Amino acid sequence: MTPMAAASTSIHVHLWQVAASLALVVLAAAISFWRGADLERDIGIATARSFVQLTLVGYAIKLIFEADTIWLVLVLLAVMVLFGAITAGSRAKKVPGSFRPLLIALALAGGSTLGLVVALGIFEPTPRYLVPVGGMVIGNAMTASAVALNRLGDEMGEARARIEATLALGATAREAAAPTVRRALRSGMITLVDSTKTTGLIFFPGTMVGMLLAGASPTDAVRLQLILLYTLLGSVSISALVATTLAYRNFFTPASQLRELDEATVSPA
Amino acid sequence: MLFELREVGLDRGGKAVLDSLSAEIPEGSTAIVGPSGAGKSTLLRLLNRLADPDRGVIGYRERPLGSYEPLALRREVSLVPQLPALLEGTVESNLRYAAELAGEPLDLDRTLALAGLDPSFAGRDVSKLSVGEQQRSMLARALAQRPTVLLLDEPTSALDHAARDTIEAALAELRRELEISIVLVSHDPEQARRLSDWVLRLEAGRLVSCGPLAEVLA
Repeated sequence: MTPMAAASTSIHVHLWQVAASLALVVLAAAISFWRGADLERDIGIATARSFVQLTLVGYAIKLIFEADTIWLVLVLLAVMVLFGAITAGSRAKKVPGSFRPLLIALALAGGSTLGLVVALGIFEPTPRYLVPVGGMVIGNAMTASAVALNRLGDEMGEARARIEATLALGATAREAAAPTVRRALRSGMITLVDSTKTTGLIFFPGTMVGMLLAGASPTDAVRLQLILLYTLLGSVSISALVATTLAYRNFFTPASQLRELDEATVSPA
Repeated sequence: MLFELREVGLDRGGKAVLDSLSAEIPEGSTAIVGPSGAGKSTLLRLLNRLADPDRGVIGYRERPLGSYEPLALRREVSLVPQLPALLEGTVESNLRYAAELAGEPLDLDRTLALAGLDPSFAGRDVSKLSVGEQQRSMLARALAQRPTVLLLDEPTSALDHAARDTIEAALAELRRELEISIVLVSHDPEQARRLSDWVLRLEAGRLVSCGPLAEVLA
């Protein structure tokens, strides 16, 4: 029996309870208005969007669960990978042609981690497990690869003189960019590594909180949370590695020349 | 002939940085002189394929530069950029890195001495060197690859007279000790007189004159 199956006690949340929680949204908007943070409009948009998006996703997941076919799961995960790559790309504007590296990074991170947890018998290959775990895996992989490529873009600009001086010695593009790529990879991974270190001490992660609220035993909630944290460490590492390894090449020509920055940021590479 | 340039042109941002440049650079010591923005550094970068021209052809030792494998070419035609940009670590680790890239054994003390540095510099952290010491370490790093051609971009800019004299003495010594050709970019005609015997003068990306020192900088 999987940990999730062991903790399948469910609770019912009514719409009036959701509506009541809006009181805290009103509080947030009031604080923003009172202190002049000018976030009231954004708080409104965020509240409306989260309601609409999560409701739609909820119905989509319900349909997928009822259909109980792996193909619909794969379509949903593919859509997540696609939108994840577009979103991450918008945060990595200084990296030329970032979409393709990000798409490959997210697909590989999602595919390999989900494949591995299924192969190891941690989760059953059914929509009930693959959809929520896949969403978490791809979401975290997206954040990590976006952070890594954002850093890569900044560092490639700042380290331009050193990289070109290293190329001038006859180093390959890979050798010249290695310290920069290493720092970018590290920055993509460090957030999750740090939060994993402090989990349970400073904050309770979402899955564990959700399971406890749903009535699961604390032991099951902790075990499932640990599985997810370790799975996320794997997916975040894969996505940051693949994204940086593929994307740095777009800063160089085939003759190991550093592209002009303007030329680099506008070319499709 | 070391380098031959035929109608070489290069554009950046829609403007010609180098325009229809035709010139010859013989073995020995050549200076590329001209005011700021003349295209001197850009031309130097073309000579070891850190960039390629948009138009025209550059020849190196009777073969088109584009026919050389870029990485092998750069180990043979070594460029020392204007701004020091050493790798993190010590002077020695930088020299070893360069020597390993070129597959050459490193004679550490001799290489340091050729660049006017005493052996105590080997263990120094590059982040703690003065700009003049970094410039000389960059020169030593290039020499660690035992190149046959040295391309130097304003090797004494931003240095005081004493540091400039040390580097110029090191370059003069280099030419005496090694069979090495030097192509030097300088905004200072006096430095060109001291260090070269062939001169290219550029203005606004175009060649104004090219020939023996005595003719061009008479």
